[in-house]
Amino acid sequence: MSKSLLIISRQAPWSGPSAREALDIALAGGAFDLPVGMLFLDDGVFQLSGAQQPASLQQKDLSANLQALPMFGVEALYVSQRSLEERGLHQSSSSLAVELLNDTALTALIDRYDQVITL
Amino acid sequence: MKFAIALFSPPHAPSSRRALRFAEAAVAGGHQIVRLFFYQDGVHSASSNVVCAQDELDLPGEWREFVQAQHLDGVVCIAAALRRGVLNAEEAQRYTRSAANLNLPWELSGLGQLHEATQLADRLVCFGGP
Repeated sequence: MSKSLLIISRQAPWSGPSAREALDIALAGGAFDLPVGMLFLDDGVFQLSGAQQPASLQQKDLSANLQALPMFGVEALYVSQRSLEERGLHQSSSSLAVELLNDTALTALIDRYDQVITL
Repeated sequence: MKFAIALFSPPHAPSSRRALRFAEAAVAGGHQIVRLFFYQDGVHSASSNVVCAQDELDLPGEWREFVQAQHLDGVVCIAAALRRGVLNAEEAQRYTRSAANLNLPWELSGLGQLHEATQLADRLVCFGGP
């Protein structure tokens, strides 16, 4: 059986290539039919905000790539409730269907995966 | 034990030095490294154009010697490398760039190599941040 991999994405979408590169690991894993999950944590939760206008920063819209996750078979998507609250964000404004996790559930999630990559 | 080692930080980050020392210790301890995978700013450690002062640690040079001496599989993510200007001769020619700064023992390849290494290894050990 394949080992499962959780990718923890902690960077804001427009703070450099980190968010995009974390997402690319998830998409590549999905393309190989591997059991991959993704957790949006800390500033990574900003990636989920809808109605972003990255064109004003001469950046490509990352949310389009995020929408590709379910298409690549990556459906285990999670967000930290605490990280959202700390930033005044709410799950309802998320552009992607993600499961809301409190700190206890988050610990259990990380425990459940064989391997973890944090970017 | 079989290790896959992923490096995400640039050569001047302390975590990058820890990655090399961990890899050396793993081999010295009789463990196997199934693959080194350089991603994000970690690709700079595979560049042959990093110049360090004579009395300072030349981390890219040490990586190169270590990988060669141990005959390790050293893979650099091609997408991450291209956007940071780390190119082998083939890519330099493909994109008509004036110089190549990635040579053997490093190989440019895709993220599939990271996933494959993760599957083959008992442990994936990542080095990033400061």
